[in-house]
Amino acid sequence: MGVVLKEKKKRSFLYYLKRDRFIYLLMLPGLIYYIVFRYLPMFGIVIAFKDYKPFFGVEGIFTSDWVGLKHFTKFFGSMYCFRLIRNTLLLSLYTLVFSFPLSIVLALFINELKRKWFKKTVQTVSYLPHFLSAVIVCGMIRTLTSVDGGLINVVVKAFGGDPIPFLGQPEWFRTIYTVSEVWQTIGWESIVFIAAMTGIDRALYEAAMVDGAGILRRMWSITLPGIMPVVTIMLILKVGNILNMGYEKVLLLYSPQTYSTADIISTYVYREGVLNQNYSFASAVNLFISIISLILVMGTNHITKKMGQEGIW
Amino acid sequence: MKKRLSGETVFQAVDVIIMCIFIILILVPVFTVVMTSFISEAEIARRGSFIIIPEKFDFTAYEMLIASGKNILRAYKNTLFRVLTGTFLSLAVTIGLGYGLSRPQLKGRTVITGFVFFTMLFSGGMIPTFIVVKGLGLMDSRWSMVLPCMVNTWNLLIMRNFFYAIPNSLEEAAVIDGANDVQILIKVVLPLSKASIATIGLFYAVSHWNSWFDAMLYINKTALLPMQNILRNIITSVSSIGDLGADAYNSLDVLPPSQSVRAATIVVTTLPILVVYPFIQKYFVKGVMVGSVKG
Repeated sequence: MGVVLKEKKKRSFLYYLKRDRFIYLLMLPGLIYYIVFRYLPMFGIVIAFKDYKPFFGVEGIFTSDWVGLKHFTKFFGSMYCFRLIRNTLLLSLYTLVFSFPLSIVLALFINELKRKWFKKTVQTVSYLPHFLSAVIVCGMIRTLTSVDGGLINVVVKAFGGDPIPFLGQPEWFRTIYTVSEVWQTIGWESIVFIAAMTGIDRALYEAAMVDGAGILRRMWSITLPGIMPVVTIMLILKVGNILNMGYEKVLLLYSPQTYSTADIISTYVYREGVLNQNYSFASAVNLFISIISLILVMGTNHITKKMGQEGIW
Repeated sequence: MKKRLSGETVFQAVDVIIMCIFIILILVPVFTVVMTSFISEAEIARRGSFIIIPEKFDFTAYEMLIASGKNILRAYKNTLFRVLTGTFLSLAVTIGLGYGLSRPQLKGRTVITGFVFFTMLFSGGMIPTFIVVKGLGLMDSRWSMVLPCMVNTWNLLIMRNFFYAIPNSLEEAAVIDGANDVQILIKVVLPLSKASIATIGLFYAVSHWNSWFDAMLYINKTALLPMQNILRNIITSVSSIGDLGADAYNSLDVLPPSQSVRAATIVVTTLPILVVYPFIQKYFVKGVMVGSVKG
């Protein structure tokens, strides 16, 4: 527009602030939210280098005494350090190793279904567990694995075994967690792959059929290569987020008996910080993991960009 | 003339069978829990506790939940509060910020986008957030379930992408007609984004319905706890009935097995989701698609 062209000279920020005052006003509540609930806690991280006591209040974040890296050295020197990192990595990795390939396989199977209504039904059912809360899923797990009458122990008994208190035994925790995680996420994660499959050119399939390629051949040589870019990105993003695993289910399922395999960094931070009120120490542990995680996410995003794909930003 | 079974037909059959098994695997846990909620103490005494499908459907566990009426009802009210108030506030704030971030002419847009986006990569963590919430005097207040999680950055970016997708020509037409930014938002952008707003609203509503961890951190008074937390207490405690209150005990002659009470509570909490789920799931899928295009 002509008017805009005439405004070539540099305007002060105040001019724009006035011009777009309504928009800034609309954005204000959101910005205040980000400052108070997201950035203020970020500055609160300094307590990881201080001796903060619960009764200090928010001001205590700034006024408490500096102690340097005391809390970090304490954590690295403790027996928990290795165990927590191992448990976090293993639970994340198992989930990734099973749920990722399975969600691709599920997508392949759903994609090949001919009857529309059946396809829709399978998809609708497969998303369902995604909408159940962690509390409900863990309630189900408890009911299913219970020693008195849980379905899994009914099966164990039918095969002549003795009922196993699954949730009380450290060696079962990873299995239970992984299976439930696969159950909950595989349908939802297949969405992206199914979408990618619908984007593949139909002419490729027709050409392959003319050449006499069977259905498995077409899946292997057309469908899978067709979704490869999406698969690669999803995989890289997942690896980048491997330390950011959800802790709600662990918190609901673990118990002191199973800490040796179930205790992860976030649950430890919760116990040390909220329950034992070692705010500074817990923040230090959390900060250590956040930094490693940040490096992982940025690194993997860098890789996706290098590969010529769009990263997440 | 008999047609030979082609590879395609065989594959279709195998595919359908595998998918049926898959559906069963997904639904079995849900089904089992529903069945468990109908098992009575009498039946356990007779058949032992290893029952998958009860012979007689017994409603004692549900009667017990009804008898504890006050507690369950109160928890439902708390859940409704956080779902309604929380979703409304979150939506309003997300729309405001998302709309601003989608305006190409806005000064400082890139900076603010970066400011918001950074929170997806790095956060203060559980303890500093806890200190801030406490410092604001939100402990033991309903607002502690609504304010700290008010904007979800992912939802915000999806919202912004939805607004981006609105053709510029429509807004330009409004500008020529003399509309200001607020009028454009109300008269042009919002009516065109009804479906998108519904999608983000559902994202927020379901996450509020399912949340429990924030209430566990910030709320100590049982009277303010939402349904998920009551369920959690019933599930994790050994004597499952504690949270239901004395009324529940005294009203019944025969107590239901604790397994059944747990299961019945799960059913009561899940039912609303199961009822609305088939109708809303397509919106979610749409949201995931937009989100995965580019944040």
